[in-house]
Amino acid sequence: MNETLMNDNRLAVLDHSRTRAKSGKPGAERGRISVRDVDIVFDTANGPHVAVKNANLAVRPGEFICLLGPSGCGKSTLMNSIAGFVPPSSGEVTIDGEAVTEPGPDRGMVFQQHSLFPWKTVKENVAFGPLMAGVGQNEANSVARTFLSLVGLAAFENAYPNTLSGGMQQRVGIARALANYPSVLLMDEPFGALDAQTRVMMQENLLDIWREFRNTVVFVTHDIDEAVFLSDRIVVMSASPGRIIADIDVKLPRPREQSLLTSPEFMALKRQCLDLIRQETLNAFQQQNKAG
Amino acid sequence: MDSQSNAAIRTAEALVDTSAKPSGTEATPDACVSAELSPPEEKSQVQSRTPVMIWFRTSGPRYLVRIMALVAAVLLWELASDNGFSFYVNFENIPAPSVVGAALGAELAGQEFYLHILHSLERVAIAYVMAVVLGVVIGVAMGRSRWAEDIILPYIELLRPIPAVAWIPLAILMLPTEQSSIVFITFLGALFPVILNTVHGVEQTNGLLVRAARSLGASRTAILWHVVLPGAMPSIVAGLAIGMGVAWFSLLAGEIISGQYGIGYYTWNSYTLIQYPQIIIGMLTIGGLGTLCTLLVRKGCSPLLKWQARGGRS
Repeated sequence: MNETLMNDNRLAVLDHSRTRAKSGKPGAERGRISVRDVDIVFDTANGPHVAVKNANLAVRPGEFICLLGPSGCGKSTLMNSIAGFVPPSSGEVTIDGEAVTEPGPDRGMVFQQHSLFPWKTVKENVAFGPLMAGVGQNEANSVARTFLSLVGLAAFENAYPNTLSGGMQQRVGIARALANYPSVLLMDEPFGALDAQTRVMMQENLLDIWREFRNTVVFVTHDIDEAVFLSDRIVVMSASPGRIIADIDVKLPRPREQSLLTSPEFMALKRQCLDLIRQETLNAFQQQNKAG
Repeated sequence: MDSQSNAAIRTAEALVDTSAKPSGTEATPDACVSAELSPPEEKSQVQSRTPVMIWFRTSGPRYLVRIMALVAAVLLWELASDNGFSFYVNFENIPAPSVVGAALGAELAGQEFYLHILHSLERVAIAYVMAVVLGVVIGVAMGRSRWAEDIILPYIELLRPIPAVAWIPLAILMLPTEQSSIVFITFLGALFPVILNTVHGVEQTNGLLVRAARSLGASRTAILWHVVLPGAMPSIVAGLAIGMGVAWFSLLAGEIISGQYGIGYYTWNSYTLIQYPQIIIGMLTIGGLGTLCTLLVRKGCSPLLKWQARGGRS
């Protein structure tokens, strides 16, 4: 599988990526994320709900970080504020020094599922970003083809999304997000809806692609194995209100393969995360019991 | 009828699709590779033949039954008319199908009948195009803007239940020509279903897809064009088909007014002249033309919806 992905198209993409990088900087220097003192509060029927509390986070260009935490801990909300969908109630989010005010093509999004345009073919989906950026139809199509071969779906360019399996749809989603040459890739539990085997394959696939692109990745997950396997750094969040409780460096060698999953280093990191999350879940239970 | 046959074809395609495509493509690396090495073009040949064959096996007999049901009704009608059947429902003065058929033959041989049809078609065409353009524009505006909805919705709720016939006096009083009055009444009939279905479709826009489009750099206009309208299209097309049906029965009401031509006028005139076979010809012509036009609308719009068919490929 990995070998089939390795083809000349990849090099073409990378060359293109470098020439497209803003202000002549090398691609790897873009995508510095800074989250400073961010609170995110939603007004609900039961009064204000603090989804994220006092979040501080600095992500280096080209770093792969995972936001890990139990469901409902605000990790997706925090990522959505980086994406520009949710404005922080206080504090500031910046990308390469510029404040985030709205979504933009410099931050590619990959959603959990069903986010492809069902009325567009696979190729049209991937070509959408370049078209919006104002390149012509022909160039958009050729960019789309390049990225589709990158994720191994070149043969399906004329298929409609509803004819593809869940894993293939997510690969199209990744290709679509990358086709804008984003400096930051934001992934919101992108493999959460896939079966276990497919998920493992997709993780390796993603690392292969990222190794070539080296853009910044923020990956939201509640799966500890996934977080340890993928990331350079795991940012653990606690539940209500969502706070960052730990920042764990993952110094496992790359490229990473499935054999890593049983190594002692992997196990140690996994246990560290498990303990943190377990403690948080217990705290959450106790809070609920006191309240109830 | 049409939608059912489509559904049958779709199921047939789905059957073919699951058998032709390796299911669970990514369960193992090998399966994944094989899925990628066999491009869909190879399967399309198989697919283009088998649905037709399956259609003959599954839907063919059903069409036969439908035709037989119509034939049986015509036979019963013939018997009832010939024998003067009269038990609560009275067939004594109803011309038999054979008589109607003979009269139809005479009409088809002349020119008048075609003029009636042409005039009606012209009125429906003008009224329908206006209703579709205005209806979709108003519907999108209402679906996208709360202001537009709050301003326009009361009018629609109030005017929609008024039957086409009730508009005749006002249409005559307000509009300059008979033609414009008839077109106006037909237009009103088609307008409401188009508006309401468009609003419904636009309001169901998938928020996740809007977010995806925004993160890909789409402007508001681009989102309207690439996300909102295509997403609303199934509902809009349903509204267009309903609107066409309503246009035809509103046309009949409009053509009661007046005029020298039009299939509604023809039917109404035959009634005043006590020409029973002609009344039935007029009724069936309206039914036939209405069905045909609705079918054309559905067929014409189907390229916009081909993405809905499972296994559909461009």
